[in-house]
Amino acid sequence: MSDTITRVGRVEIAQREQAPAPTRQEVVFDIRNLTVRYGRTTAIRDVSFEIYRNLVTAVIGPSGCGKSTFIRSLNRMNDLVPTAKVEGEVVYLGKDLYDRDVDPVEVRRWIGMVFQKPNPFPKSIYDNVAWGPRVLGMRSGLDERVQRALEQAALWDEVKGRLKRNALSLSGGQQQRLCIARALAVEPQALLLDEPASALDPIATSAIEDLIHQLKRDYTIVIVTHNMQQAARVADRTCFFSLSEEDAEGERSGILVEYDETQKIFTSPSDPRTEGYVTGRFG
Amino acid sequence: MSAAAPWGRASPRLRRRKAVNLMMEALATVAALIAVALLGTVIVSVLRRGLPAISLDFFTKAPAGFGAPGGGLANAFAGSLVIVAVAALIALPVGVLTALYLSEFAPKWLEETIRLALDVLNGIPSIVIGIFVFGILVVSHQQSGLAGSFALAIIMLPLIARSTQEVLRVVPETLREASYALGISRWRTVVGIILPASIGGIMTGTMLAVARAAGETAPLLFTSSLTAPFVTWDPRQPLQSVPLTIFELSESPDPLDHARAWAAALALIAFVLLASLVSRALLARSRRKLGQVG
Repeated sequence: MSDTITRVGRVEIAQREQAPAPTRQEVVFDIRNLTVRYGRTTAIRDVSFEIYRNLVTAVIGPSGCGKSTFIRSLNRMNDLVPTAKVEGEVVYLGKDLYDRDVDPVEVRRWIGMVFQKPNPFPKSIYDNVAWGPRVLGMRSGLDERVQRALEQAALWDEVKGRLKRNALSLSGGQQQRLCIARALAVEPQALLLDEPASALDPIATSAIEDLIHQLKRDYTIVIVTHNMQQAARVADRTCFFSLSEEDAEGERSGILVEYDETQKIFTSPSDPRTEGYVTGRFG
Repeated sequence: MSAAAPWGRASPRLRRRKAVNLMMEALATVAALIAVALLGTVIVSVLRRGLPAISLDFFTKAPAGFGAPGGGLANAFAGSLVIVAVAALIALPVGVLTALYLSEFAPKWLEETIRLALDVLNGIPSIVIGIFVFGILVVSHQQSGLAGSFALAIIMLPLIARSTQEVLRVVPETLREASYALGISRWRTVVGIILPASIGGIMTGTMLAVARAAGETAPLLFTSSLTAPFVTWDPRQPLQSVPLTIFELSESPDPLDHARAWAAALALIAFVLLASLVSRALLARSRRKLGQVG
């Protein structure tokens, strides 16, 4: 056992330009005491932190610690689960997403999401990207819009000759980039990626990661990943979720352990639990 | 001590287990063969007796009158076509919308209640539905193709609704999520993504319902006509239908009429078989389409 652990060692940090982060970063998501329950089980408890504009923020942690629940509460996808109950606030650019006068459909229109498994519609490549803008009334210049989104998702060159083909004929990695293009086509302000590369091979994963680097110029990105190397490669800031100690009823729930610059999380974390996870001692 | 392999020593108990196994397998196989043989026998006997009376005239000419040779049953074919088509036009939208409500919008307890109601409706004897429609539509007005269509629509509704619900259930949740994540409302998601993805399955259910309705006799007994000798396409008139014609001709003393009854039965069976095969093909196609998404 100890053998495998020592060999894992520390996670390599990718070389990145050491542009010092601006001292006053604009807060996009201000998460305050967020608790999400499914029926009687608490998925995440009392999570508070801020996500900044034009940064990639990674959410890492062991299975079952509520990473997906957390990211789905940032665009109210959890509303679709009948038993889900959300407490606390997710203040997005000054407005709580969970205010009574906020329509979740409107929230999702501005905060896009890409899922773990590529889920293109069973339509043509073109229609996959064009359908969202068309339904949302963004009909003018639709062809240019589709092309722009596919270019942003680094897919245009591969599909420009076969836009009428069914999207399901694409490879897994291409399908996932198509899903990103689909999300970008409606011009969201923020992009949530829920383990976007977990179903992909290393080459496709690398393409998605390059893409994330490109996209952060225009978007605020939150990415859930269970792959620490990936977090180290793509994220400016990283938050580490874990499971709490058992409470009085023997229940454990996801909590935010530590949130800092990615480099700090992986090289000198301040919490021993974070250190244990990033060095491979558990999780 | 060396261990011997535990097999190869046929004990009496093992032999008995093998014998029972063989016997049960044989029984089940025979039962399955009987089911197939029954269908085969019906088809063969109807073919044998019905085929001689089949001709172009049989489908295109009105009846020749009692005792006379020639003529056809065009009145019944046209009537059945109109009655079933109108019934499908009524039942299809109502059934599909019901299924959409159940699968996309209804709270769980209501979904279960309505589903139970549909299953009960499906189990109601068709003669009861015939009497019901007779009571509300025919007594106050008159017999008509429309009244027959209405009765058949009641029979088709639960079939279409339940089969549609089943195909909506296999539309992957990830497709709904993908649409919601674009900021698209439930209803637009249903119309733009879910219905197109399940259209093959919906058509399957509709074809099966049409096949079932085309052969229904009892609901038309009181609602449409037994004796409309002229070919008409107007659903407001009392219309002759194929199943009732078979019944009527088989009661006739004229042997020519018996041959016509067999021929009509053959036409009906051919239609039902065809509808089943087409619906199978549609279902396989839509499964393949969705399977790729899965």
